[in-house]
Amino acid sequence: MRLTAMTVAAALVAGSALAEPVTPGDVQYDEYGAVAASLTGVAGDPVNGGKIMADKSQGNCIACHAVTALNDAPFHGEVGPMLDGVGGYRTAEELRGIVANAKMTFEDSVMPAFYKTTGFIRPGDAYTGKAAQGELSPLLSAQDIEDVVAFLLTLKD
Amino acid sequence: IAAAPLAMAEATDDQLVVNGDLEIVTQTAAAAHLEGSVDEVFSGWKFRDEGTRAMQMDDFDNPGMIFVDQAREAWAAVEGTEGKSCASCHGEPEDMAGVKAVYPKWNEEAGEVRTLTMQMNDCRTNRMGADAWKYDGGDAVNMDALLSSVSRGMPMNVAIDGPAQSTWELGKELYYTRTGQLELSCANCHEQNYGNYIRADHLSQGQINAFPAYRLKNAKLNGVHNRFKGCVRDTRAETYKEGSPEFIALELYVASRGNGLSVEGPSVRN
Ligand code: HEC
Ligand code: HEC
Ligand code: HEC
Repeated sequence: MRLTAMTVAAALVAGSALAEPVTPGDVQYDEYGAVAASLTGVAGDPVNGGKIMADKSQGNCIACHAVTALNDAPFHGEVGPMLDGVGGYRTAEELRGIVANAKMTFEDSVMPAFYKTTGFIRPGDAYTGKAAQGELSPLLSAQDIEDVVAFLLTLKD
Repeated sequence: IAAAPLAMAEATDDQLVVNGDLEIVTQTAAAAHLEGSVDEVFSGWKFRDEGTRAMQMDDFDNPGMIFVDQAREAWAAVEGTEGKSCASCHGEPEDMAGVKAVYPKWNEEAGEVRTLTMQMNDCRTNRMGADAWKYDGGDAVNMDALLSSVSRGMPMNVAIDGPAQSTWELGKELYYTRTGQLELSCANCHEQNYGNYIRADHLSQGQINAFPAYRLKNAKLNGVHNRFKGCVRDTRAETYKEGSPEFIALELYVASRGNGLSVEGPSVRN
């Protein structure tokens, strides 16, 4: 991004836009697993969020969930519930918590934690089958999570 | 956690009969040790599409049988310093009928649980003076396929008690351990979600009664440890190696989950 007077001004207004995103270890979950504060302070981009959910190498959420709005991408799975309408009955805070670490909302969930970097058994180096080298990156970045949440909020019946 | 009731509906009702007369049990009541896990066990065949299922109904259409023929040659081939072949000591491959159904099995003399591959490599190194075959490499998997084919239709019946029990317990622990960055266990996919699709894949119970499996995906026979490795890798985990103590234990445990299903290898899978 080119740093123009405009973007700097916008960032100053948003307050935290140029601040570092909340790290995976610092995310504050409430007792139900929801996360109140944005991880980045930058509004999510729902279009990109939909792409992340369908992309095999990113969220690959449709491996487990059917989402009618993403029907352009083939093969939606059945391991998790269908997500149509989820933006109508879940808040942004709840959705952020579920996508960042679903196990804080649903105990022992099969759903992977997308914003977590420690506490794994035999963590690998992506899909190579080899041991992880150094620190792990979360499956999705802070802004990716915000984008996905923004997309989920568009899923209203 | 009990299996989702819907899952059973997702397995085909078709029956597997090979060559028009060899009946294969692909669905049966679960062994007693699976209480609280699943009530019924299913062969992976039940979850494959019609075309893939059909290929396994006739040996002429089953590409895995080519490798069985290759193993028949290896069976009779003299190798190693002792001037012997498998046939020198074991006669015809058909004389080994029933062996596959009880492996992995405790070997008293060696004081260890042995997979079929370990046993044949023991014969090669200690009785033939030949090199061990690479674990789950072509030669070993082909011979496994031959030994499976002569036991086809017999019920899997591996022993889990007595001296094998501690190995079995380790295998069970591994089966329920959630590995890798995706934190998924074998059970998450193959016990809780069999019958469901995960992206384009129709999840089976992950049984091994039908191994080795000819996979259309890589056009070769695949061994059990090879398959385990792929599944563990897909959890974004560091895998175990073929032939490792962990996979030997896991093989014993997973084989025991299929007790009662027929020996079915070499099978056809996608
Ligand atoms: C391996 C399977 C799997 C993957 C991958 C997965 N989920 Fe889930 N998800 C589940 C399951 C199972 C549940 C149901 C909660 C439970 O009981 O564990 C769930 C629940 C949810 C819910 C709550 C639905 C509701 O009705 O409250 C949302 C939202 C969600 N997932 C979004 C996502 C998003 C977004 C992604 C990708 C970034 C994703 N999931 C990836 C399995 C998965
Ligand atoms: C010199 C004799 C000899 C040769 C050659 C030999 N074996 Fe064996 N094999 C044995 C004996 C003896 C046993 C029983 C060992 C035991 O149970 O501890 C055995 C056991 C086995 C078993 C397990 C049988 C069971 O009931 O548990 C298999 C499988 C096997 N051999 C395969 C092979 C293969 C494959 C080859 C050739 C690559 C081969 N053997 C070559 C002597 C031989
Ligand atoms: C993320 C989901 C997932 C996990 C976790 C997983 N598998 Fe699988 N497994 C699959 C898929 C998908 C297939 C291919 C379709 C099928 O047969 O279920 C498969 C196939 C198999 C097969 C072949 C079955 C056949 O009949 O051809 C075996 C055996 C197996 N898995 C064992 C295991 C074991 C053991 C573990 C744990 C170490 C495990 N799997 C973990 C997804 C998984």
